[in-house]
Amino acid sequence: MSTTVSSPNPGTPRPVNAGPGERAAAVSAKPVGWRTPVILAAFALIALVFFGLMGPNQTASFGISTGSDFFQLPALEINAFAGGLVLSIVLLALAGYAVYLKTQDRPAPGWLNVAFIVLFVAAFLIWVVGGARTPAISLAGLIAGSVTLAVPLVFGSLSGVLCERVGVVNIAIEGQLLGGAFTAAIVATITQNPFIGLIAAAAAGAVVSMVLAVFSIKYVVNQIIVGVVLNVLVSGVTGFLFSTVMQANKAQFNSPPGLDIIEIPLLSGIPIIGPILFRQSLVGYLMYAAVLVVWVGLFKTRWGLRVRAVGEHPQAADTLGINVNATRFWNVTLGGAVAGIGGSFFTLVAIDSFTKEISGGRGFIALAALIFGRWNPIGAFFAALLFGFADNLQSIVTIIGTPVPSQFMAMLPYLVTVLAVAGLVGKSRGPAASGIPYVKG
Amino acid sequence: MVRVLKLELRGITKRFGTLIANDHIDVVVESGQIHCLLGENGAGKSTLMNVLYGLYEPSEGEILVDDKPVSFRGPGDAMAAGIGMVHQHFMLVPVFTVAENVALGAEPTKAAGFLNLDETRRRIREISDQYGFDVDPDALVEDLPVGVQQRVEIIKALVRNASVLILDEPTAVLTPQETDELLDIMRQLKAGGTSIVFISHKLREVKAVSDTITVIRRGKVVGTADPAASTTELASMMVGRAVSLTLDKEPATPQETTFEVRDLTVIAPNGQHMVDGLSFDIARGEILAVAGVQGNGQTELTEAILGLQDRVSGSVTLDGKELLGRSVKDVLGAGVGFVPEDRKVDGLVGTFSVAENLVLDLYDKPPYAKGISMSPAKIMENAKARIGEFDVRTPSAAAAAGTLSGGNQQKVVMARELSRPLRLFIASQPTRGVDVGSIEFLHRRIVAERDQGTPVMIVSTELDEVMELADRIAVLYKGKLVGIVPAGTGRDVLGLMMAGIAPGEHTASPSTGTQPAATADTEGGDHA
Repeated sequence: MSTTVSSPNPGTPRPVNAGPGERAAAVSAKPVGWRTPVILAAFALIALVFFGLMGPNQTASFGISTGSDFFQLPALEINAFAGGLVLSIVLLALAGYAVYLKTQDRPAPGWLNVAFIVLFVAAFLIWVVGGARTPAISLAGLIAGSVTLAVPLVFGSLSGVLCERVGVVNIAIEGQLLGGAFTAAIVATITQNPFIGLIAAAAAGAVVSMVLAVFSIKYVVNQIIVGVVLNVLVSGVTGFLFSTVMQANKAQFNSPPGLDIIEIPLLSGIPIIGPILFRQSLVGYLMYAAVLVVWVGLFKTRWGLRVRAVGEHPQAADTLGINVNATRFWNVTLGGAVAGIGGSFFTLVAIDSFTKEISGGRGFIALAALIFGRWNPIGAFFAALLFGFADNLQSIVTIIGTPVPSQFMAMLPYLVTVLAVAGLVGKSRGPAASGIPYVKG
Repeated sequence: MVRVLKLELRGITKRFGTLIANDHIDVVVESGQIHCLLGENGAGKSTLMNVLYGLYEPSEGEILVDDKPVSFRGPGDAMAAGIGMVHQHFMLVPVFTVAENVALGAEPTKAAGFLNLDETRRRIREISDQYGFDVDPDALVEDLPVGVQQRVEIIKALVRNASVLILDEPTAVLTPQETDELLDIMRQLKAGGTSIVFISHKLREVKAVSDTITVIRRGKVVGTADPAASTTELASMMVGRAVSLTLDKEPATPQETTFEVRDLTVIAPNGQHMVDGLSFDIARGEILAVAGVQGNGQTELTEAILGLQDRVSGSVTLDGKELLGRSVKDVLGAGVGFVPEDRKVDGLVGTFSVAENLVLDLYDKPPYAKGISMSPAKIMENAKARIGEFDVRTPSAAAAAGTLSGGNQQKVVMARELSRPLRLFIASQPTRGVDVGSIEFLHRRIVAERDQGTPVMIVSTELDEVMELADRIAVLYKGKLVGIVPAGTGRDVLGLMMAGIAPGEHTASPSTGTQPAATADTEGGDHA
């Protein structure tokens, strides 16, 4: 499908979108590629050699309960060699099944990929922990920590979903997170009220987004360029204010009261699930709510239908009386507010003050989560969790002391990102009109 | 429900900068009529309808519904007034279902804005049954054939209670059979009391269904015509001078076969076989016309011969030499003249002068170049000669090619390609978007090239053009050859072939194309 930037002009019609032929062509089934089976087989072999055959003959222990759970489960103890071997054989079987399906010209079902990823990660965990100096980690802590680290990523990718679904590419997620973090810190400190800080963060993200919206929608500037420039701008402004104002008067401007962890009685005591779902800060609960609300909104409501139409075929929306550019403007603004809330997590929950570049490139990882999650809020949520998991794993594994150099472990989140986006996403199709400005003929 | 009894456009003028697309146009659409706006491409029909539909604001003039002036600030207002429009390029979201597309913009909802598509599904089934549309509300639009997508567009308008339906060049994307079905649907809608504004430049269809014909030329109404008028009369009105619609050409005198295509297959980046095992020959002194609905592999076929496609297998030989695997420049050097389907994208450099465009393929050869220097005088001389020979209407040879009208741009491309000795001439959509007057001229030139003994391949989605030019007709469907039939084959047979049904197959099931390829060879053999 052509994605050239052409101003749709009904006066001199050109096949802006798919020509009738391309549409007709879409009817015939797409051939099943060799790529997925080959990638799966390669990873299964890696698992067999490293996690299975070369697996350390030591017992890996995974704690399941945390101290505040209302009943304690014994830790899971697995011999790393045996566990790695069994899991890698299962992985090989899954890869073999994918190859078999390919020879029958059938695509691998979705559950196969998911199962493969989960089992591969499990095998990797057993191998890493089994080879460590202290071969024991808390599984509950690992997962709960992953969720925590994923919070800003989830908000960032939701912002991306809201913007791209309506046809605007939001590269400025990083800037929105950073703007939210900065504003939350300064406003919460001045007002001594974290809730006002949270609202201010949303407003700051929305302001950054409005700049993106005005330039890319009203002035039809290239969206990628505006986004990149905004990231640099926000980084510069917050960095400048941090060193000129905040550092000098830390007590006055940069010691925000934090948002406490709210434990929901009883429910928070359930092992594994409790810490994830019911032992969160306000921002964490907002995250779960936001994922659900955005998903329901996009796919079940009139608003969502219109938003998606604008992102897929703005001209069609226009001919049905939908104001394309207004829809885009407000959606992008909303997206910015969501990312701003995500930014507040850094200064109100994770750390108790703002520092330069506190978002540390997570806006870009959120962008990757958006694509890995196939422009779907729930998909983006799980993708963000995967990246959060990789991030958390590398720090935990470094602490327990693995034979793998810590520098390599530090690469893990980014490696996972690249592999996920490049290798496993496959041919995912974003909104057709994403990135293309709408100019009325 | 709003029922428009009379719709009037009074003195509508629409300017784009200095360009006047519509110049004081008056049109009255009476209730329950099929009113045709007849005019050439670029005459201003679509602009006028976009004004009526609220997509453009008129620079002057007013729209009256039942004698009351209205102003439409957007399509929403026009729809509220009972006007619906089916655009030439469908306004459907491909990844939405039929119901979602129909509901969009006027969604029935439950509390809190939640969609209630059951109501929409019911309405779609109701309308679908009433007109025999056979549309499934839950099908994804991108999976539907073009003809069905068009019905979805019509349903969209009817669900919104449109009592005036504008159809903008609705038959451009349809096979002849689908066109006949559409004309039937139009008659049914009319019987049900819906007025239809039918925009077209195809005289046969216009004559078949219209009650009133308004002819538009260069943004002005030049008169009304009676559907009973002859096609020649209508064409003359449309063009503004007498035109001959039939081409007088001598029967072909084919000589030896010099161009052979064997098992040509072209695979698209997505793995789809865009051209699938094509084999055919063209003899010197004959025109083979390749017919088919747009997007059935024609583009890939011509591009593969030229060397513009990557994943190609099979063999293409000209004068015994293989063309596949050679660079485009080599192929042109072997004597292949090529008129691409989209002149603005592949045929011309719009910002270059007419003179430069006329030597795009020869600029580095004598007499236009010596060593590293070019000879502007020679290029200009050549330009003057070609402009005269092909009657290109241009202010000067130095004018930018992009400023010329479509017909004149096409003449520039054709003049360039025909200005050197050719061993094979391929023209894709040689007269798309060209005024009727120029079509006649371009067709004569193509026949003249044939008569000089060049094998000629014409690719056209216009069945009229195919039937006019061809000595033999090859029909493509989904990249496969349905068959090769002699000139003079009936429109109905060709129409079925364009839907994938080989001649002689009496069952209505669409063929996969493997079997017809066999018949094609024998028929080709008869000829040679």
